[in-house]
Parts: sequence; C-alpha cells; structure tokens
Amino acid sequence: METKISVKSLNLHYGEFHALKNISIDIPENSVMALIGPSGCGKSTFLKALNRMDDLVPNVKIEGTVLLDGKNIYSPETDVTLLRKRVGMVFQRPNPFPMSIYDNIAYGPRIHGVKSHRQLDETVESSLCGAALWDEVKDRLHKNAIGLSGGQQQRLCIARALAIKPEVLLMDEPTSALDPISTMKVEELIGTLKKKYTIVIVTHNMQQAARISENTAFFLHGEIVEYGETGQLFSMPKEKKTEAYITGRFG
Amino acid sequence: MKLKREKWKKEYLGRTAVTLAGLFIIVLTLAIGAFLFYKGTATFTSDHHTVAEFLFSSNWEPAQQGSGGKVGAAIFIVGSIIISAFALLLATPFSIAAALFMTEISPSAGRRILQPAVEIFVGIPSVVYGWVGLTVLVPFLAKVFNLAYGYSVLAGAIVLAVMISPTITSVAADAIRSVPNEYREASYGLGSTRWQMIYRVVIPAAMPGILTGVVLGLARAFGEALAVAMVIGKMQAFPKGLLSPTTNLTAEITASMGNTAEGSEWNNALWAMALLLLIISFLFIVIIRLIGKKGADKT
Repeated sequence: METKISVKSLNLHYGEFHALKNISIDIPENSVMALIGPSGCGKSTFLKALNRMDDLVPNVKIEGTVLLDGKNIYSPETDVTLLRKRVGMVFQRPNPFPMSIYDNIAYGPRIHGVKSHRQLDETVESSLCGAALWDEVKDRLHKNAIGLSGGQQQRLCIARALAIKPEVLLMDEPTSALDPISTMKVEELIGTLKKKYTIVIVTHNMQQAARISENTAFFLHGEIVEYGETGQLFSMPKEKKTEAYITGRFG
Repeated sequence: MKLKREKWKKEYLGRTAVTLAGLFIIVLTLAIGAFLFYKGTATFTSDHHTVAEFLFSSNWEPAQQGSGGKVGAAIFIVGSIIISAFALLLATPFSIAAALFMTEISPSAGRRILQPAVEIFVGIPSVVYGWVGLTVLVPFLAKVFNLAYGYSVLAGAIVLAVMISPTITSVAADAIRSVPNEYREASYGLGSTRWQMIYRVVIPAAMPGILTGVVLGLARAFGEALAVAMVIGKMQAFPKGLLSPTTNLTAEITASMGNTAEGSEWNNALWAMALLLLIISFLFIVIIRLIGKKGADKT
C-alpha cells in the first residue's frame, strides 16, 4: 500500500511543555489508522499537527517534517488553507454551524470559490449521501442544522468535511459524544469511506480501534510506543507497555 | 415561641425586605408612566388638538396661557429622527469593526487596553461630549465647510455617534466573544481564512447580539438631550441639509420647560413630546426583545 502521510522526527512544544517527542510514522493510503492511548498522551495534538490546526494555538513550536504525498506541509511555501482543504477534520463534539443543513455543507465549497447553484446542489447531495444522512434530511435541507440529533449532527459534520473533496480525513474521537446506535452508524460509515479516503482516527475505545482500523499506533507521554497492523498489535504487542494498556492494566 | 422568632428572622425578614424593595421599584415605574401619560395626553384631551396635528404639522406656536395656539411638533420629531439615524450610520460600522478587532484580531490588546477604554467611554457624562463638540467640532465644521456657524445636523450626529459607539462596541464585542470556539475551529478545519471565518460564521452567529447593541445605541441617541442641544443650533426649522441647524424633541423640552406655566397649552405640548419619547424608547425595547427571541429560536 502507498504511503499517504509520512511523519519524520516530529517534535512539538507548547511553551515549555514537550507535547510530542520525536514522532515518526507512516500512514498508508485508503485505510484507517487508529491512534490510541491514555488522555493527555498527545494523540489529539498529533492529529491536529497533520493539517496544521496546531498552528492556531499560541506559543506552539513545531520541528520535523510531515510529508503529504512527499511534500512537507511545514515548509514555508505551504498554503495552509489549501492543505486543510486536502486534509479535512471531524471534531470530538459535533459542531455544525448555526445555519441550514444546506448552508453547512455548502460552506466549504463556497469559501473555496464555488458559486454555481447546480454545482452546490450536487455537492450537497453527494456529500450527504456519502455520510449516509441524505435520506434522513433530504426534506428539510433548509432547516437549521441545530435541530438535528447528536448523531445526525456528527454525520453532518462528516458530510461537511467530505464536501470539499479531501484526500485525508482526521477524526478526533468522533463518537465519544454519541449513543451506541449513532456510534455504530458512524463506524459503518468509516468502513465505506476508507475506500476513497485515508482516515486517521483518535479513539479512547479500544474495541472501536480493533473493529474499524487496519493499523493502530499507541501513544504514551508524547511518544509512539508502538505502531503496526491492528490485529498484530492487539494480539501480540511487542512492547510491555502496550500490552499493559490494551489489557486494561492502566490508562 | 423563641424558636419561631428565630425562624422568622432567618427566613422572612430578608424575604420581606427584598419583596418590598422590588414592589417599590415596580410601583415607582408605573407611577412615572401613568403620570407621563396623564400629562402627555392633556394636549389632546383638554386643549383639543389632534394627534395628527401634533405629529405631522410644523406649525409650533403654543399659547403661553390658556389655549388656542398651534402644537405641530413635526420639526422636533424629524430633527430627532434624522440626527439619530445619521449618528447610527456613522457609529455602527466603526463600532462593529472595533469589536471585531478587539475580539478576533487582537484579543490580548483588546482585553488589556481596548475593553477598559471602551468601558470608560461608556461612562463619560454627556455634557462632556457636548462641550467638546461645542469647543472643537462646531468651529471645525464652520471652517471646513465655510459656514457662518458650525451648529448643524452633522455636528449633532457626530457628537452622538462618538457618544454611542462605545455602547455598540461593547455589546457587540460581548456577542462576538460568546460565539463558541467550535465554530471557529470548524471553519478553519474546512480551509477558511481568518477573514472568511469572521464574516461567514462569527458575524452571522453574533448578529442578534450585535443588533441589540445597535438598538441600545439608537435608544441612547434618541433620548440624549444635553450633548445634542449644545451643538444643534436649536433653530425651529426643518434642516435644509446635513450642514444646516435644526432642533429636536429633547433640545426643545430642556430649553423650554422652565419658561412655561403649569397647565398652559405650551406646557402640555412639551409633556406630549416627553410621552412620545417614552413611547419610542418602549418601542426600541420591544425591538430588542424580538431580536433576542429570534436569536434564541435559531440556536
């Protein structure tokens, strides 16, 4: 499998705090990479480093390289808005804008210059279909998105991310605020999305990581302890710390 | 017995005091409203003028004693409306820009310098604004536009704009600050620039709060007496343009109230103008409530 993102000796400081220590990892294309580890281990920080959302935090210092299709996203020539168009993001808590369902999905295409109504209509429909939400909302596209249930809101946020036709989708604990049925729907959705997109997902739920991912990386205290094929990592971890964490002895 | 008194002290004393104070305020407000209504309608009931004459005629010659004069207040009403409208037109864009600067562009400078400064400006007494306007702005306008006097609609509007912009800025800044950060993250995550995020997400989400600030500013502008009276010229004529003097409701009330005899037609007509001010500010409050409700429905 082709490598989509290749991270080489990435170090990240928040002021004095060394949040990511010498991270190196390859993320293969069209597959799901799960990031697991206890709270505060740096997995969300790492996720946000992949589309430079970390830039928005004051006093952040980042060293090392993150290659997306072989090009370093931290080089000075990088257009950050273009990068975030290619590397979309879904957040922990559903965060639809307080506008209509249609305008939520059309937001991304519009800021990137799409004006034609026909094109926007098509994008809205295909994105909502892609996020398995079309049938539920097609009759109320112009109603406010805040009226949707939590699970629907999260799928709307996924649809909104799909609307800008990204290549990579970053998901930061996308199901932690959802009930089990909504969680199942989002997991099924991830299963279909990986055919077209490269997905990196942070999760606290190890069963979820085992269910949906091809590869898993275990983070601890800002370092990657171990990463590899998911089945391998869960059944025969190489490191003692990994084994302790996945068998529930800490974390 | 003793126990009961203890309980009375602990439970009912405070409650009764608070209830009485609350009732007092309510009674006081209603009494002022009722008094104003009683005095303000005398023009129409005892002096037998029509509401249409009062609102739409510009013939203002109320009798000093008894009745029989003319009470057309249109000049004052028009004066109040155009000065407030121009003040709002001048103040709103600057205020929203300032609010955006201190919340989105430079939050640290906003918190440390601008916010306290704006709060101080809200509290400056209006006579100070009026006096500065009289000393600096009026001669300046006279010189720049080559006028005999600088007293004008423009001078009044500028003084009012400076006066109300801190109010609008501070209410708008609060509204912008209360927009959840998740919206900003979501927008950045979709590859927006900061400016796209501000005008497509933050401003629409903060709109009800911003409008509340605008209406509050308008209410303050409409009810302001002293600062406007000092620079408007108090000439009893419709303004010919932005640069000509005129007068307005509040200026006329403050200028004439001391010269009128209680119960005369003139006195009654001034009370009618005061009642009109109360009705207009009541309307503004209703508008603010409606905007707030619309905002609450959306989220």
